[in-house]
Amino acid sequence: MNQENILAVENLVMHFGGIKALNDVTFNIKRGSVSALIGPNGAGKTTVFNCLTGFYKATGGKIQLSAGGKETSIIKVLGEPFKATDFISPVAFVSRLKYKMFGGSHLVNRAGLSRTFQNIRLFKEMSVVENLLVAQHMLVNRSLVAGILNTKGYQKAEEEALERAFYWLGVVDLVDSANRLAGELSYGQQRRLEIARAMCTNPEIVCLDEPAAGLNPSETEALTKMIRVLRDEHNTTVLLIEHDMGMVMDISDYIVVLDHGEVIAKGGPDDIKSNPKVIAAYLGAEEGEEVTL
Amino acid sequence: MSQAVGINFKKSSIDAFIAGLMALVLFGPIVGVVLDGYGFNAEFGRVAWIVAIVAVGRFVMSSFMQTEKGIALAFRYANNDDGVTVLPPGHKSKMVWIIPLVVVIGLVLPFVASKYVLTVIILGLIYVLLGLGLNIVVGLAGLLDLGFVGFYAIGAYGLALGYENLGLGFWSMLPIAAIMAAVAGAILGFPVLRMHGDYLAIVTLGFGEIIRLILTNWASFTHGPNGVSAPLPTFFGLEFKRRSSEGTFHEFFNLPYDSAYKYMFIYLVLFAVVWAVLFIKHRLVKMPIGRAWEALREDEIACRSLGLNHVLVKLSAFMIGASTGGLAGVFFATYQGFVNPSSFTFFESALILAIVVLGGMGSTLGVVIAAFCLTVLPEMLREFAEYRVLMFGILMVVMMIWKPRGIVRVTRTGFSPKKGVAK
Repeated sequence: MNQENILAVENLVMHFGGIKALNDVTFNIKRGSVSALIGPNGAGKTTVFNCLTGFYKATGGKIQLSAGGKETSIIKVLGEPFKATDFISPVAFVSRLKYKMFGGSHLVNRAGLSRTFQNIRLFKEMSVVENLLVAQHMLVNRSLVAGILNTKGYQKAEEEALERAFYWLGVVDLVDSANRLAGELSYGQQRRLEIARAMCTNPEIVCLDEPAAGLNPSETEALTKMIRVLRDEHNTTVLLIEHDMGMVMDISDYIVVLDHGEVIAKGGPDDIKSNPKVIAAYLGAEEGEEVTL
Repeated sequence: MSQAVGINFKKSSIDAFIAGLMALVLFGPIVGVVLDGYGFNAEFGRVAWIVAIVAVGRFVMSSFMQTEKGIALAFRYANNDDGVTVLPPGHKSKMVWIIPLVVVIGLVLPFVASKYVLTVIILGLIYVLLGLGLNIVVGLAGLLDLGFVGFYAIGAYGLALGYENLGLGFWSMLPIAAIMAAVAGAILGFPVLRMHGDYLAIVTLGFGEIIRLILTNWASFTHGPNGVSAPLPTFFGLEFKRRSSEGTFHEFFNLPYDSAYKYMFIYLVLFAVVWAVLFIKHRLVKMPIGRAWEALREDEIACRSLGLNHVLVKLSAFMIGASTGGLAGVFFATYQGFVNPSSFTFFESALILAIVVLGGMGSTLGVVIAAFCLTVLPEMLREFAEYRVLMFGILMVVMMIWKPRGIVRVTRTGFSPKKGVAK
């Protein structure tokens, strides 16, 4: 298991028919860091996210997640097509068949990576607490018999799940709205609830897709604080896509800049700020021109 | 005068005039012209009466809607927000009082009701079971299933053919049919549950038809359209027939023979099974699996991002729903004493779906009420036999306009705030 990097992306390629959305993307995310993925519109940021979280099957390359004490190949758990060698080795065949039948993006989450969505995807007709309880599906007692008979063990597991849900509601400051429907919440509250829901699955790395989109400056500041809490108190690695440069430069330890499906720069906020390629990509300026972000 | 209470009589008069005119146009030719051989008689009196009644009725209604009470009523309906509400934590449901009452009435009923009433109620309870089963699939998991009757048929034919070929009786077939239907659900579900929405509806529609066609055409096994007879339940080995070598119920208890006993017994067993299913359903929606079903209905992609295997969650809903349908099938077969494929047409699927939609997606109480409405009402409307389906259609249209979310509005349990603990 790779101690230093929680996520290693190597030569990631994603083609949609003839469109090359991602071309040879390579970067590593350090454990316990806050990293940002930035780039102009259409650079392929969300495509990278969808590949990382298993919603797209990458056309080529490797994504290695080292969380929960083991290495997971995200491309493998989504179910790869059979290869000629599988028909010689039964072990490889069975594992391939298993992932083909039961594999999918849910295994990425179970491996320790959770995400939020650019367009908020809450369970709108369920209450706020229930949204968080659904997220803990893999942690609670799922036995049908125990649930129907309402056994002690089942009650204890449910109680713990509720406590965990209320803890995260406290972190995102939504305890007062616990019994409201998720769809009734304001936009900013919905964004925070989605982060809490992602955190309820006990991930080691959480991927936030434009968490500050649509938030006002004070809400953005609160979000920045919250992301620091995730990193400092919960040892969670945070990877985010964001367009708010002030916020990105403020909280990121490491920034990856994408443009036209390629990584044009990687490094700390200060390196990125002064990188002429980045400035050119964002502002279309001539290289060497005096522009700062 | 009118201004004091705010009634605009001029407006009411215009309303009444328009309504009267429409009634005249509509009823004039229908009621006013009576054919008599090659000629006709004009009946102005009847038309005048009908038009007068419509006009006066419209005038009264129009005036009433302008009074304070009428405005309040209109306001209530206009703002009838049938959305989901979250109950406050510690909410005590009124059902605590209603349930024991219903149980007592239900237990007394077979001993006072006539045989005909009892058979109608048995049919109602069978549809309650079907509605509850489909409610899990459609109402909770949000999977549109148009072939639910397939599982119903599997249960019914399971009893009939199991008795004929293997000598299995009602009691052994009851659990076996539920398992058989669940397995059929799994076999159908595993390949198709990766789809959603309309595609799934069409696949399940096909499944229902396949089952019916197999039952019709595999004559050597199912006896085709001739059908198969199904056994009655036994009471600790005692049969409900007039004569039997195994010992009969009325001889054992020294009672005169009465064919109503078997219906009483079927009713009591069915009543118990319905309560058991209601209880299990009530628990399931509060359990992780029930939450997962509802989450899946709300947003499948979000579910996957939270580590829920969407195929298995859908499959579990499909299997549990199907097994309830199988149970209902066994009761149907034993109650009819005979099954044939014509009982399992697409119309049945549509009826069960109508029960779920009318009752309110996901609402248990609503489904129970709707199931009784849609099975008992047609029995009461026997005189209008030819118009039953028409009335059914009108009821659906009216319900969808006024209460699109079903009779009973869905509520969610509230949770009292707790001290959060990080783990």
